Amino acid sequence: MATITYREALNQALREEMRRDPDVFIMGEDVGVFEGAYKVTVGLLAEFGEKRVRDTPIAELAIIGLGVGAAMTGLRPVCELMTVNFSLLAMDQIVNHAAKIHYMFGGRVKVPLVIRMPEGGGFQLAATHSQTFDSWFGYVPGLRVVSPAFPADAKGMLKSAIRCDDPVIFLENEALYNTRGEVPEGEYLEPLETAAVRRNGTDVTLIANSRMTLVALEAARRLEEEGIDAEVIDLRCIRPLDRETLVQSVRKTNRAVTVEEGWRSFGWGAEVAASLSEQAFDYLDAPIGRVGGAEVPMPYARNLEKEAIPDADDVIAAVRRLYK
Amino acid sequence: MEPDRKDATGTTDQRPGETSFDQQLSRYSREELLQWAYQMLLIRLFEEKTAEMYTRARIGGFVHLNIGEEATIVGAISTLRPTDYLYSNYREHGHALVKGVEPKRIMAELYGRATGTSSGRGGSMHLIDVERRFMGGYAIVGGSQPLAVGAGITVTYKGTDDIVMVIFGEGATNGGSFFESLNMAKLWRLPVVFLCVNNQYGMGTAVARASAVPEIYRKACAFDIASERVDGMDVLAVREVVSRAVARAREAKEPSLIEALTYRFRGHSMSDPQRYRTEEEVKVWRARDPIPAFRELLKKAGLATDADFERQQQEVARVVAEAVDFAEHSPAPGLDTLYQHVLVEDKGAC
Repeated sequence: MATITYREALNQALREEMRRDPDVFIMGEDVGVFEGAYKVTVGLLAEFGEKRVRDTPIAELAIIGLGVGAAMTGLRPVCELMTVNFSLLAMDQIVNHAAKIHYMFGGRVKVPLVIRMPEGGGFQLAATHSQTFDSWFGYVPGLRVVSPAFPADAKGMLKSAIRCDDPVIFLENEALYNTRGEVPEGEYLEPLETAAVRRNGTDVTLIANSRMTLVALEAARRLEEEGIDAEVIDLRCIRPLDRETLVQSVRKTNRAVTVEEGWRSFGWGAEVAASLSEQAFDYLDAPIGRVGGAEVPMPYARNLEKEAIPDADDVIAAVRRLYK
Repeated sequence: MEPDRKDATGTTDQRPGETSFDQQLSRYSREELLQWAYQMLLIRLFEEKTAEMYTRARIGGFVHLNIGEEATIVGAISTLRPTDYLYSNYREHGHALVKGVEPKRIMAELYGRATGTSSGRGGSMHLIDVERRFMGGYAIVGGSQPLAVGAGITVTYKGTDDIVMVIFGEGATNGGSFFESLNMAKLWRLPVVFLCVNNQYGMGTAVARASAVPEIYRKACAFDIASERVDGMDVLAVREVVSRAVARAREAKEPSLIEALTYRFRGHSMSDPQRYRTEEEVKVWRARDPIPAFRELLKKAGLATDADFERQQQEVARVVAEAVDFAEHSPAPGLDTLYQHVLVEDKGAC
């Protein structure tokens, strides 16, 4: 297995799927000549040409709307929005159209559309360019929402997303693009509805997604030094949510902390906590802890931004509170 | 706004001079002409029955009727081939009928029955028939415009000579969706006919109170898109103008914007007291009812008689009655189907 970056893994997935299926095409701002704002689409225009790698105007509503229309009529578009922050301009097309069409028309038409979006903070881009909307999209029936944390998943889940007949919201934390990991070459598919246990432990379950999985793993390593053996679950999919894996883990550890980069109130951590209290209440030895981003529009100043984004210290503090 | 025949010939595009009715009539077979009269009547009687059944609480939700717009609908949609795609809006019963969707399946959908076009999940505003390439009614104003442009990508991508038509009201030409869609349709040379049914009011707001440029067809010039305005009460005039746009799409792979000036004789929806327009105005437009006007034309040309129209009346009444009967006797969707079709590849999780 080759060790490559998360970015390269995504590029591999796109390239392989475009070679495999002539109906797959890419559309988005600066995906072609510029080769992607985050360089995910490097080399694709050269290989596949303008018909299949389409630079669009800055018009998010139309990018997604055209994608939905193309998907309904037999193509498999992969739309890239430059960042998730701009998806708000396309929200009507995502929520009222992509997510509704299959159900609203009685299953008679499908929308096999992938919407790739970089997200997350940490780059001093301030309030409008640092957001994480996993929970917003997760709220909507009719969408699949995934957020891979590792290069292997980035590849395997993107390939599955492109082959999936449902609209898939594919969230890529910007801080992950340069992370490296082993990625199987060639055909490699990961499911779009299961969580993954990344570290086995017996004392507490840390439930995270995307980049926060790395934060949770760091916290787990440090907790081990304190004699706390943490299990780390990488959610991978926000919708559908793999509650079963979470419940099984908590039955073993009897404690849980959710770790998300987005705002804590009404975030997916609240949904996970509610599900665990419904399905594993008798197994819980402490209230479920929740770690999330500070509930402020993201500030620019480096120290304020760092304070606003959850880190391993925040996770460790939340775990310690369970033992008080 | 009163009908303005001068405006109705306005155009930013090259077009031949006025064509006389006789010249127009001579282009079409008697069968075609009678078929269009039939379709206009089908829309009228279907919608009148829909209004009746709505009043009798057999139909729920919002219901927007096409009464008054029949000439626009038939003139435009009759130019399409069966394999051409049609995207619509929420005032779309007539659009579906003319694209060939079975009346009984439309009525069943209005009734919320399992046998409806959308299995009772969509209702009046969300009809669909993929086999007939009626790609759906959409209830977010402007929402279907980019979808149609996306279908335009598909037909050019696949290299077919199908085209796409999208129908929307004049109220859907002031939002971002309209401008983003026109821009990309022209940028990528996609075969999309944008048909604006200008029925003068966006709910209760007159066009001139909502659009800085109330002549909608003029908005196309920003994108160098060919556009024309046509009298939407004249089925042959609509047919002629839309045919040009369809040919432009099919042969030159170019989009067009057509504005049909028309009027809805009823309110915006069934729950509209219509305080925003005068009775006089409604009367003026009702005097231009496209159905009797077209019948007179055919009679004067010696192509049809009152007996022909009487037969059509009876046939359409029978079809509409059958549709109601079918809907009345169709089952409601099973409660066990509530979660069906949320996802295509549903593995039971949510």
